[in-house]
Amino acid sequence: MDYSADEIMTVSAARMLRNGAVCFVGIGLPSKAANLARLTHAPELVLIYESGPIGAKPSVLPLSIGDGELCTTADTTVSTAEIFTFWLQGGKIDVGFLGAAQIDRFANINTTVIGDYDRPTVRLPGAGGAPEIAGSAGEVFIVLRQTQKTFVERLDFVTSVGHGEGGDYRKRIGLLGGGPTAVITDLGILRPHPESKELTLTNIHPGVAIDQVRAMTGWSLSSSSNLEITPAPTTEELAVLRDLEQRTATAHGVTPI
Amino acid sequence: MARILPLADAVAELVHDGDQVACEGFTHLIPFVAGHEIIRQGKKNLTLVRMTPDLIYDQMIGMGVANKLVFSWGGNPGVGSLHRLRDAIERQWPVSLAVEELSHAGMVQAYMAGAAGLPFGTLRGFTGTDLPKVNTRIKSITCPFTGESLAAIPAIRPDVAVIHAQKADRTGNVLIWGIIGVQKEAALASKRVIVTVEEIVERLQPPPNACVLPSWVVSAVCLAPGGAYPSYAQGYYDRDNRFYQSWDKISRSREEFLHWMKVNVLAVSGSVNFREKFSSVERVA
Repeated sequence: MDYSADEIMTVSAARMLRNGAVCFVGIGLPSKAANLARLTHAPELVLIYESGPIGAKPSVLPLSIGDGELCTTADTTVSTAEIFTFWLQGGKIDVGFLGAAQIDRFANINTTVIGDYDRPTVRLPGAGGAPEIAGSAGEVFIVLRQTQKTFVERLDFVTSVGHGEGGDYRKRIGLLGGGPTAVITDLGILRPHPESKELTLTNIHPGVAIDQVRAMTGWSLSSSSNLEITPAPTTEELAVLRDLEQRTATAHGVTPI
Repeated sequence: MARILPLADAVAELVHDGDQVACEGFTHLIPFVAGHEIIRQGKKNLTLVRMTPDLIYDQMIGMGVANKLVFSWGGNPGVGSLHRLRDAIERQWPVSLAVEELSHAGMVQAYMAGAAGLPFGTLRGFTGTDLPKVNTRIKSITCPFTGESLAAIPAIRPDVAVIHAQKADRTGNVLIWGIIGVQKEAALASKRVIVTVEEIVERLQPPPNACVLPSWVVSAVCLAPGGAYPSYAQGYYDRDNRFYQSWDKISRSREEFLHWMKVNVLAVSGSVNFREKFSSVERVA
């Protein structure tokens, strides 16, 4: 079955989530992948949204981080203060699942500004929950489309810390969570090198050339010596994803990004 | 004890030029109609506080009621930018807007400290990020027991909290359910509290542990059915996602924005049910 670059990105991201994991979900691409995982191989995946729902099981993708269906399908809904204080900072989250506007070679994230902070070229929405999700979750997955604008040599602003300057940076500055372990894009999957923590291409999607990935990366990208080709989405994965997107489009009048 | 007041009277009496005002509601129960009344009354030089500046703060900032914003995420959820907010930050239109930026976790601690009567909130946060470089009010403190370095954020104590809730009773007790965000924390941190509600009933009959703000911590309760539209009120109406999408176009140009505000906000009174006028959503949440 034919599939798009966005579809294999979402399917690959969904496959990263193991059944039974507790996942703190960002809105947009992470939420789509997490719900696809829940509807396919990981029915026991616990989805936590920063607005308060714990164990949300939405039938359509939420447009906002606090759509009503997240609450009505949740095991419980707590205050936003409680979500961040007890559940995230308290160490109850296995996986933080984030998007990003810009990412660098150590998986640090910018969602604040393009250009100078005081006179920005583009003012982005800002931090939201991401800095503390990136700091405290057991591990972090990041999903975003790979372009020269998004995979940059140097971030204009560090909103959320990945592996900082690399190596044991997180340990040195006292971050308790494990940090990013995978960055899933429309071209492949990048993982931090075990020691340097620099993002390395470990998987490439079918039909994508390494040079193509390098051309879309703002730094000199290393690739794994045993680079694997991502298995193509299965018929079932695609059917469930498209069904979810169709239901969402009907409910909201448009497919969320 | 809360007084049951018309919204226009409550805003006139309780919101003053130069106040720090927190209109809260985390995607749910956003107090749109109260924000519109603040715009209509031409309040000036407000410091607006809100975790997630949404369309209502885009409208308030675009109409020039604020000169400072304290926030942690400013976008049109699921759609993109807030164009009026960006115009104010990027091009100082209609007025220059100072920004004090935190993360969600930082803001909830600041509200909790305000509600708890503490001078600051503390959290394991901001480590390694650039946020403390641009917001010098983010400090660090050393735990006296473990030596761990933690972030410290000054308490948020607004002059006025403005929230929307499902119900109040005739004595002004307020019941909120669903995604309750930081409304309770913001209300208890504030000197004055305005609550707009979908309905006023004889008896609330709340289930045990339901989120009730007792009348004596609320300044004014104002009847405003549809007052959270185009956000939603659980049990009353759904979020109008299509309106959020249409706002992207309305708010892109200054001229179209000003025209829209003139026709739909300035030229109406607070008693107009904004939801009935615009809603494409019939289904009850």
